[in-house]
Amino acid sequence: MQIYLPIAEVSVNAFLLLGLGGIVGILSGMFGVGGGFLMTPLLFFIGIPPAVAVATEANQIVASSFSGVLAHLKRKTVDLRMGGVLLVGGLIGAALGVQLFNALKAIGQVDLLVKLSYVLFLGIIGSLMFVESLRALMKSRGGNSVPKRRKHTWVHNLPFKMKFRTSGLYISVIPPILVGVLVGILAAIMGVGGGFIMVPAMIYLLGMPTKVVVGTSLFQIIFVTAFTTLLHATTNFTVDMGLAVLLLIGGVIGAQIGARIGVRLKAEQLRVLLALMVLVVCGKLGLDLLIQPAELFEIGAAGGH
Amino acid sequence: MLRFLTILTVILLTSLPARAEEIVAGLSQNRVSITATFVGSEILIFGAVKRDSPPPLDLPLEVVVVVEGPSAPITVRKKDKRFGIWVNTDAMELAAAPSFYAVASSASLDQSISTLEDFRHLISVERSIQISDNPFNIDDPREFTDALIRIREKSGLYKRLEKTVKLTEDTLFETRVALPANLTEGDYRTRILLTRGGDVTSEYETVINVQKVGLERWIFNLAHEKPLIYGLLSLVIAIAAGWGASAAFRMILRT
Repeated sequence: MQIYLPIAEVSVNAFLLLGLGGIVGILSGMFGVGGGFLMTPLLFFIGIPPAVAVATEANQIVASSFSGVLAHLKRKTVDLRMGGVLLVGGLIGAALGVQLFNALKAIGQVDLLVKLSYVLFLGIIGSLMFVESLRALMKSRGGNSVPKRRKHTWVHNLPFKMKFRTSGLYISVIPPILVGVLVGILAAIMGVGGGFIMVPAMIYLLGMPTKVVVGTSLFQIIFVTAFTTLLHATTNFTVDMGLAVLLLIGGVIGAQIGARIGVRLKAEQLRVLLALMVLVVCGKLGLDLLIQPAELFEIGAAGGH
Repeated sequence: MLRFLTILTVILLTSLPARAEEIVAGLSQNRVSITATFVGSEILIFGAVKRDSPPPLDLPLEVVVVVEGPSAPITVRKKDKRFGIWVNTDAMELAAAPSFYAVASSASLDQSISTLEDFRHLISVERSIQISDNPFNIDDPREFTDALIRIREKSGLYKRLEKTVKLTEDTLFETRVALPANLTEGDYRTRILLTRGGDVTSEYETVINVQKVGLERWIFNLAHEKPLIYGLLSLVIAIAAGWGASAAFRMILRT
C-alpha cells in the first residue's frame, strides 16, 4: 500500500515503513539502544530527504523513549538532578546543532555533515565496543573477572561542584554539561538520541552507578529530542507526522519482541553483535563517501537565504 | 538569398491554408487531487482538428502536447573528490526550472517541430529552464542543466514522449501523460500545438490543477503556517501512538 507523505512529498510503501520500524525496533529492544543511529541511515537509503529523516527521527525517539522513562521513574532509577544538568547542556547543544544544520543546508553541505558525523561516531564507538566486548567475552570464558574502580580522576578536581544524591556523586557540573552539549549537537545533526555516547560517558567519565545510567540518559534524551523536533519543525518545516507515526508503530511492537529475544542471549554476545552492526553501518556510509558516485550532480532547493 | 526566398515562399504557402485549421481539445481531468494514497495519475489528452477548407496535402500534420508543472528556482550541485572523499564543490543556481515537464509528439520531436519554432514556442525542456544568474563562475553551465534534465528524466519528472500522440486520419488525436506520485502542487500548463512541416499552425492552452486535499492539505498547511503548534502536535501524536501500540501489544500477549 503506497502512502503519500505530506511533508517529505514522496510516496512510499506503508508496509515498508512499518517493517523498517519493526526491524530497528527488534534490534533496539535486543540491545537496549534507541536505534536512531540505524533508522536515520535506512531512511536515507529508501529515498527520504536527509533533512526530513533527521527531524522526523528526533520526533520518533521522543515517543519511543517515553514509556521507558515512565518505567524508570517508577523504579526510581532516574537521577533527576544529574538529568537536569545534562538537559541544560543538551538544550544548548541542540540549539547550536540546528543552527549549524541550517547554515550548512544553505551551502549544500548538510548531507556531508550528517554522513561524516555518522562515519566518525559509529566508527569510534563501534571499534571501542567491539574490542571491549571481545575482551569481556574472553574473560567470561576464563572465569575470573575482577571489577576495577577508579575513584579519582581529573573530573573530580574541577570547580562548581554539586551533590548528586541518587548517583552518590559530588562532582563539578562542567563535565555533565559538556556531555549534554555534545549529545544535543548530535541529536540535532544526526537525528539520534545520543544514548550510545552518553551511556559510556556517564559510566567511565562521570563515574555514575550503572543502575541509574539508562534511566537518566533516557530522561535527558526525551527532552532534548523533543526540543530538537520543535526547532526543526519551526525553522525547516521538515517533521513528517505521518512518517513518524508509521515508524513508531512498527518500532514499538518490534522493541517488545526484541526485548524478549534479548533476555535469551548472553550480554557479552549481544555487545559483540551490536558492535559489529554499528561497524557495518559505518562502513557502508564510509564507502559511499569514498567511492565515486554514479551521479556526480544533485538538485537542491535554491539556497543562500 | 535564393534560399531565403524559397523559405519565405514555403512559409507563405503553408501558413495561408493553415489558418483554417483549429484545435478542439479536452482533458480527461482538469484537477488532480493528492490524497494520502496518491500514487500518480494518468491524464488523457484528446481532441480534433477543425477545418473550414480541405487540408493541404503537401506537408505532414503533426501534433505536439506539452504539460509543464510550476517552475521554481533550484540549485544544481556537483561533487568532486576532496581529501579522498566525494563532496559538493560547485553549485549553479537556476532562476527557474519546471518541476514537471512532458513533451509528447506524434512523430519524433525534431520532425514534429522545427528548431526555430521550438525556440519561439519554448517546446523542449531545455528551452523552459532559465539561467538568469550570470554563470561566470562556472566553466560549463551546460553540464549543470544537462545533469538537471538527466536526473529528472530518471525520476520520471521530465519526459520526452516521442511518437506517443495517436493521430487518426489527420483529424483526431489522443495521448496519455502519466503524472508521477511525487508531484508539486500548482497549475500545470498544458499546451497542444498543431504543426505542418515543422511550423506551428494552431495552439490550444489549458490548465490542470494539482492540489493536496483532505488530511494531506491540512497537515501541510499546519506545518507551514503554525509550525509551533504542528511540532507540539506531532510530539503528542507520536507519544500517544507509541504508548497505544505498546499497550495494545501487551494486551494481545496477555490474552
